[in-house]
Formats: sequence, C-alpha cells, structure tokens
Amino acid sequence: MATVSTQPTAHSAVAHGPRPLAIVGKALIYLILGAWAILVIFPMVWAIMTSFKTDQEIFFSPWALPAKPIFDNFVRAWTTARIGEYFINTLIIVLPSLFLTLLLSSMAAYVLARFEFRGRNLITYLFLIGMIFPLFLALVPLYFVTQKLGLLDTYPGLILVYVAFSLSFTIFFLINFFKTLPKELGEAALIDGASQYDIFFRVYLPLARPGLITMGIFNFLGQWNQYILPNTLMITNDDKSTHYVLSQGLYYLQAKQFYGSDWSGLFAAVTIVMIPTLVVYLIFNDRIEKGMTAGAVKG
Amino acid sequence: MNRGKNGLIVSFLALPLALYTLFVLLPYFSAMIFAFTRWSGLSANIRFNGANNFIKLYADEKFWNALSHNGIALVVLPPVIIALGLFFAFLFTQGISLSRFFRIAFFFPQVMSVVVVAVLWSFIYHPTIGLLNGFLGAIGLTQFASFPWLGDRGTVFGAVLAMVVWQSVGFYMVLFVAGMQGIPNDYYEAAEIDGASSWVKFWNVTVPLLWDTIRTAIVFLAIGAMDLFAQVTVMTNGTGGPSRAADVVPTYLYSTAFSQGQFGYATAMGLVLLILVFILSVVSLRFTAREAFEY
Repeated sequence: MATVSTQPTAHSAVAHGPRPLAIVGKALIYLILGAWAILVIFPMVWAIMTSFKTDQEIFFSPWALPAKPIFDNFVRAWTTARIGEYFINTLIIVLPSLFLTLLLSSMAAYVLARFEFRGRNLITYLFLIGMIFPLFLALVPLYFVTQKLGLLDTYPGLILVYVAFSLSFTIFFLINFFKTLPKELGEAALIDGASQYDIFFRVYLPLARPGLITMGIFNFLGQWNQYILPNTLMITNDDKSTHYVLSQGLYYLQAKQFYGSDWSGLFAAVTIVMIPTLVVYLIFNDRIEKGMTAGAVKG
Repeated sequence: MNRGKNGLIVSFLALPLALYTLFVLLPYFSAMIFAFTRWSGLSANIRFNGANNFIKLYADEKFWNALSHNGIALVVLPPVIIALGLFFAFLFTQGISLSRFFRIAFFFPQVMSVVVVAVLWSFIYHPTIGLLNGFLGAIGLTQFASFPWLGDRGTVFGAVLAMVVWQSVGFYMVLFVAGMQGIPNDYYEAAEIDGASSWVKFWNVTVPLLWDTIRTAIVFLAIGAMDLFAQVTVMTNGTGGPSRAADVVPTYLYSTAFSQGQFGYATAMGLVLLILVFILSVVSLRFTAREAFEY
C-alpha cells in the first residue's frame, strides 16, 4: 500500500517494492494525470501549430501540420492587426501602475502595521471595502468619475484606476508581512539618528523584498490580464490611433472574425499573446504559483 | 520614542488614501445613490425614483434569465472544480515522478488572461475548424459535425462552464497540494497503524485537516460564479449567446449601462449583486463552519 506522502517526490514505489497492485495503481495515476495534462496542453499546441498555416489549410485540413510554416501570419498580426500597438499600450500602462501599486501599498501598509494612531482602524476597514465589494457595482460611477476628471480614455487615468483597485489586497498582504519584521530594528536606527523616512526606505523596505516580489507577481498578472476596467475606460480604437490594451485588442480581433476575414492572423495573434506568458511562467513558475495562491486567501 | 512619527503617518497615507477615495470609495458610495435614480447619463438632472428600479428588476425577465445562469454556475462550478482539484491533488501527493511537469502544466491556464483563454476556446468550439468537433468526428461521433457549440442555446452556457473548469482546476490543485504538504506525516502513520486504506486516510485525515483551504476555495469560487463577464462576453461576441442563453448578471448590467444608457437601472443590478455576494459569503462560511483542527 502506497503511503500518502507529504513530500511528492521522496518515497513511493522504491521504498515499498514493486508489488503488482501498486504498479497498476501507479500506472492509473499517471494515466489520469497525463490525460488532464494533455487536455491542458494540446489546445495550446494546436493553436500555435495553426498559427503557422494558411487560411486554406486551416479550413481544409485543420488537423495536418502546416505544409510550409507561414511566418507572415505573425507579421500581419503584429502590424496590420495591431497586436504590436496593443502590446506597447499594455506595457505603458502596467509598468508605472505596478510600480505605484507597490510603492503606495508598502507605504500605507507600513504605517498601518507599525504605528498606533487615531483613525487607524477606520482606515483599515475602509481598505477592506475594495476587497469584498464586486467591481461591477462601481463600474458606472467609475466611468463618470474618470470622465469628470478628464481621465477617461487616457493612459494616466487607467494607471491610477489600476493602482486604486490594487491597493486593498496588496496593503492587507503587506500589513501582515510588515508585522512579522522585528520592531527593534527601527528603534535602534532611530537612536542612531535616522529619520522615520530613512527607517522605512533603508531598513524595512529592503527587508520586505520577498513580500514585494509576491505582490509584484500577483499584481502584474492581474493588471496585465485585466479586461473589465480597460473595456470600460479605454475607448479610442480607430485608424489613426488606439488606446486598447492586449485583452481588448484580442477580443476586438476575434469579434471581427464574425464578418469573416483573417483566421491565420487571429491564431498568430493568440500565439503572440500566449508565448511571453508561457516563457515568463516557465522561468518563474515557483514564485508565480506562490504569488497567485496568496491571492486565494482573499476570499 | 517615535520622533517624526506623525509626519510620516500623514505623508505615507495621504496619496494612497486620496487615490483610493477617488476611484474606489467614491464610485461605490455614488452607486448606492445611483441605484435609486432614473438616469440616462446625458441629462444633468438625476431624478430619484425610490425603489422603482428594484421593482422593475423584479419584473425583468432578462434579469432573472441572467441571474439563473449565475445560479447554475454557482451550483456547478464549486463542487466540480473542488472535487477535481482534490482528486488531482490526492493523486499528485502519492509520490510520483514528473511532479514538477504536472504542476506546471496544470497551473498554466490560470496564468493566462481570461480573454486569451476564451478566444482559444472559441477556436476549440468552432463548428468547422474547431478541435472539439474534429475530435468527436475522429472517434466516430459524426452527428456532431459542424455542431455550433456556442451558437446553440442548449450548449452555449455549458461550453462556457467547461472552459472555466479547464482554466481553474490546476490552480485549486496547487492550493490543495500546498495544504496537504503542510499536514504532518504522523497523522498518516497513525492511521496506517490502524490499517486505514488510502481512501479512508484521504477522507478522515486529509479532508478534515484541509478544511480551511477548502472553505476558502468554496467562497472564492462562489463569488467567481457571480462574475463570468469576460468569459461570456468573448465567447458570445458580446450578445449573451443565442436568445441570451449564456447571459449573466454582469454582462446584462454592462449592456444595460453602456449600450442602452440606463445607468441608474444598471447600478441597481450592481447593488443586487453586492447583496448576493454578501449573502453567499456569509452562508458558505456558516454552512462550512466546523471545529478547527489544530496541528
């Protein structure tokens, strides 16, 4: 009988000897896990393969490998279908917003975690609202607030909205993180004549690095993949210029297919969007899994 | 002792609080007011109409239709995803090799944006060039040739839910595996001495000790079942499906507001959504409450 081991790789068949029943059980485990792995991987591989085909091949031999890989699909997706512009728009928005999210959240979290002051509990509760209220309730007023401020359909507008909606969860995560850091370090630095700002930027912020990395990954994925907010707030997408981010642009391309046009270009667009995520994930999978499952505590 | 403390508190909280107040608190607060008005966005005067929006909602068949789909998602998604996640996590912790490969493969869909996944699945469901009909044809089920999974009112919402399961299972598996690896081996050894089988150990040791993680997953998935905006929008091309057969409250809310300009009415739906999410969270936490196991 195989043990339920707490280390997935350690013991198992080797320790118990290859009994016939155990071998059948093991084979069954691999069969089931393997089937799901194929179910996950195969559609992506198929999409990538299809992105190298011509439209004729896609329609008349959807299963065959491309006769000759067509790289032009990617060029068309990047330029004519404007994936390149959407990509750059997304970068222009997510990079500053990620930086501001981490900076502002760590400042607020530090103060809320380390100091007693009037109104601390009230502020903490206020930040809870952003975590539990559904985004859809805020959507209509948010549209008009950004419009009133002249920030509708602008990069700074979406950046500020991303930051504002990322604060709650990031602050709560970092409050718990700052609470684990020893108080004595700050007190000692104060005696040595350091200012409160020095203590934050030189002592505690560097110590908070692991927490910041986790929240950085969590927010990067959340903001990079965000769809509802840009869909509501970014409007311009005409011949001259576009403010769309990747998720909007990809949906726009797919919606256009209903009027029949460039399937191979669309497959190439999906591949272009998928591949960087895949590469980044393969390199940082450990940290990404930790960062994202940290978000599950959110419930 | 804390020299310069007040200046730091004020300067560090000012900016985050200002942004948060402007873009999060103010919209939520105004929503509570908008929900009781009749407002089409353009006219400057907003007229209060008391509970009329809610009375109208109560009689709105399209709203109930949308809500019923969230209801189906609520009944289907948490049990299916948690059962599959637990099952895979259980197999995964039986001491297998290639565990890193399985973990990475299973988790990857969760890293991709919902829009990318929904576009990918629209390819899969495509009547003629799609992977699904190709596969069904290959195993001899030719009656499905060119069947439009997303164009048929009987299958469109099921097709959306299948995609959600596909995308989420790996995430919950990883979550459960992390929880299982935190359970001390002593418990399993004790159970083994009593002659417990793997199955018994799973139900009597793993599940109770993992209960807090499972509860979190239930609440998380229940709240997620109230959303599904991006999935439905992309897969039905913004229509909510044939005869709105996949419409959910968020897609109906969005089109009521931004296509029809009924902003007050749409916000009233948002308020109902808030109340439902609250009730769901409280109910699923109460319903799943058990005595905590310390270990």
